[in-house]
Amino acid sequence: MNLDAVIFIISAIVAVLGASMMIFQRNPVMAVLSFMVSLLAQAVLYIQLDALFLGAVLIIVYAGAVLVLFLFVIMLLNLRTTKELGPSSSLMRHLGKYFLSFLLIMEFVFIIKSSFFKGASLVGVMNMKPEGFGTVTSVATLLFTKYLYPFELTSILILVAIVGAVVMARKDKNIDRPTENKLGKN
Amino acid sequence: MDLTSASINFSIIYPEISLLIAAALILVSVFHKSANRIAPYIALIGIVVSIAMIFKQWGHQESGFFGMITCDSFGVTFKLIFDVTALLSLLIAHRYMISKGINRPEFYALLLISTMGMMVMANTTDLIVIFLGLEIMSVPLYVMAGFAKRSLWSSEAGIKYFIMGAFASSFLLMGIAFIYGASSTTDLRRIVADFHFIMSNSPAYMLTGMALILVGFGFKIGAVPFHSWVPDVYEGAPTPVTAFFSVGPKAAGIAALLRIFIFGFANVMMLSTVFWVLAVLTMSVGNILALKQNNIKRLLAYSSIAHAGYILVALTVGGNDAISAAIFYLVAYIMFNLGAFAVVTLMETRSGCKSDFSELVGLAKVHPYLAAVLTLFMFALAGFPPTAGFFGKFYIFSAAIKSGYIWLAVIGMLNSFLSVYYYLRVVKTSYFDSSDKSFIPVKYSLSIIIVLVITVIGTLGIGLFPQQFLNWSQSALFAFL
Repeated sequence: MNLDAVIFIISAIVAVLGASMMIFQRNPVMAVLSFMVSLLAQAVLYIQLDALFLGAVLIIVYAGAVLVLFLFVIMLLNLRTTKELGPSSSLMRHLGKYFLSFLLIMEFVFIIKSSFFKGASLVGVMNMKPEGFGTVTSVATLLFTKYLYPFELTSILILVAIVGAVVMARKDKNIDRPTENKLGKN
Repeated sequence: MDLTSASINFSIIYPEISLLIAAALILVSVFHKSANRIAPYIALIGIVVSIAMIFKQWGHQESGFFGMITCDSFGVTFKLIFDVTALLSLLIAHRYMISKGINRPEFYALLLISTMGMMVMANTTDLIVIFLGLEIMSVPLYVMAGFAKRSLWSSEAGIKYFIMGAFASSFLLMGIAFIYGASSTTDLRRIVADFHFIMSNSPAYMLTGMALILVGFGFKIGAVPFHSWVPDVYEGAPTPVTAFFSVGPKAAGIAALLRIFIFGFANVMMLSTVFWVLAVLTMSVGNILALKQNNIKRLLAYSSIAHAGYILVALTVGGNDAISAAIFYLVAYIMFNLGAFAVVTLMETRSGCKSDFSELVGLAKVHPYLAAVLTLFMFALAGFPPTAGFFGKFYIFSAAIKSGYIWLAVIGMLNSFLSVYYYLRVVKTSYFDSSDKSFIPVKYSLSIIIVLVITVIGTLGIGLFPQQFLNWSQSALFAFL
């Protein structure tokens, strides 16, 4: 086992553990921090695949900016206590769910095991790395030539998400006339 | 005809751009005092210009943006379908939004951007662009579902749709990732070209990816194991939004399913079995659950599930006959379903109405014409002859029988017999029932009358000249994939 494999296994395990910690944490701040751990491990995976720029962007944008925003929102909402989230669920009550998820995971493991070593194309992709792969130049060239259309579409998607968030968050003013549509009446 | 043209070729996205410009103008006008009054007109102009652009594209087969957009007859036909849907929904919405006090300019911008997302989805062979189009379509829909913020039902619908939709999107994205892992490309044309090689090399990745993609679109079109969100969201959302939901995303989902599974992965034997099961479940569960509904919006929600099932029958069968029948049915369904929703919206603009069956009592006495129109739409939904609904079902089931899917056709026909019961219940309530409460008259508005006229002409016109219309829908079959 070479060093690459060891690094891969460690960071993959950390990434998956971080992601599951994020789901199972009842404290929102801890959940965000676990997410950050998972992202840092993913960045390592990206860098291992020679996608240096993407790895850096993942750390700067996600871990640096987005998650800090999450933390700010959580602090502003004052969501420190976990009591408001209701009683913690007992294992027995959710046994069915866990069983089904376990089956699903086993299915995926089976699928991946059955085809992992057959799937030559995955290895093929990695071996066919073009010159200058993963640098800022190559990412930018792709982004502004081949992927120009999806790139611009992403900007529309973000715009509409912002508009949607503003619509949902703002107070009802500027209404044409008093509404007939009180609570519980539709 | 250069399929892999590297040129940008702006002209093929003029319809999308005109919608986007209208939406941008509305979003800028928000700061003006009379934005509430201008916004619907800006949206109207945007849609009309977009339709004009579509007619200029008619018959052209082009590709652009480094192969990310393919503008073929199939895509252009669906562009027109989306624009007509948006136009009718806009006309339905205007008076309703004012009467409920939620007439805000953002609504129209969201409607336009959502329509644009559908167009993006139908006019590409690249899986990434399909995904982005789906998201651009869905995000405004989540907000529109929860647009009546003071209504608990509407908020519930919004949040439910958001969570379920985000879940479905993640399935779709995972599926695309699996297919990319197996084929190292997201372009359907290249995947189809090397299909046998990829399939023999890593079948498990491909099949898992396809299954996940199918789950993602199954959510969007409301096919049965993934339908649980449909009734609550349809009931809670403002009625014009429900009208838009019941046809727009459904048509877009069908377009993407056709592009990916029928034109793309047509050679996978197992797929038709999967679609068979989906179609039968979707038809049957939709129709059976609709029997017990006492709210018209909920009834139409379950009926829309059932109609998605009929279209899935056509997808199961595959082949040119069935696909043109599916497009035929989709357009016919848009006509009579939007018509039915227009009537429901009109009834709901009266104060304190939430479209229960009891509110229909006495409709025929006070508004005989409106009752007649409603009856026409119910007959069309149930699939009675001279309406569009009959020929839609007829073409789909005859295509199924021709290709040897006898049982599927039989189950489909049994289902449409079953559906007659609940559609006629609406007619019976409005004509023959009586109650002590007097019927509150509705106020017509010009926009609703226009919608009713268009949908009645559509429903009857398609029903009276089905052959001409079928020829038109067959012309949509020429696609790059």
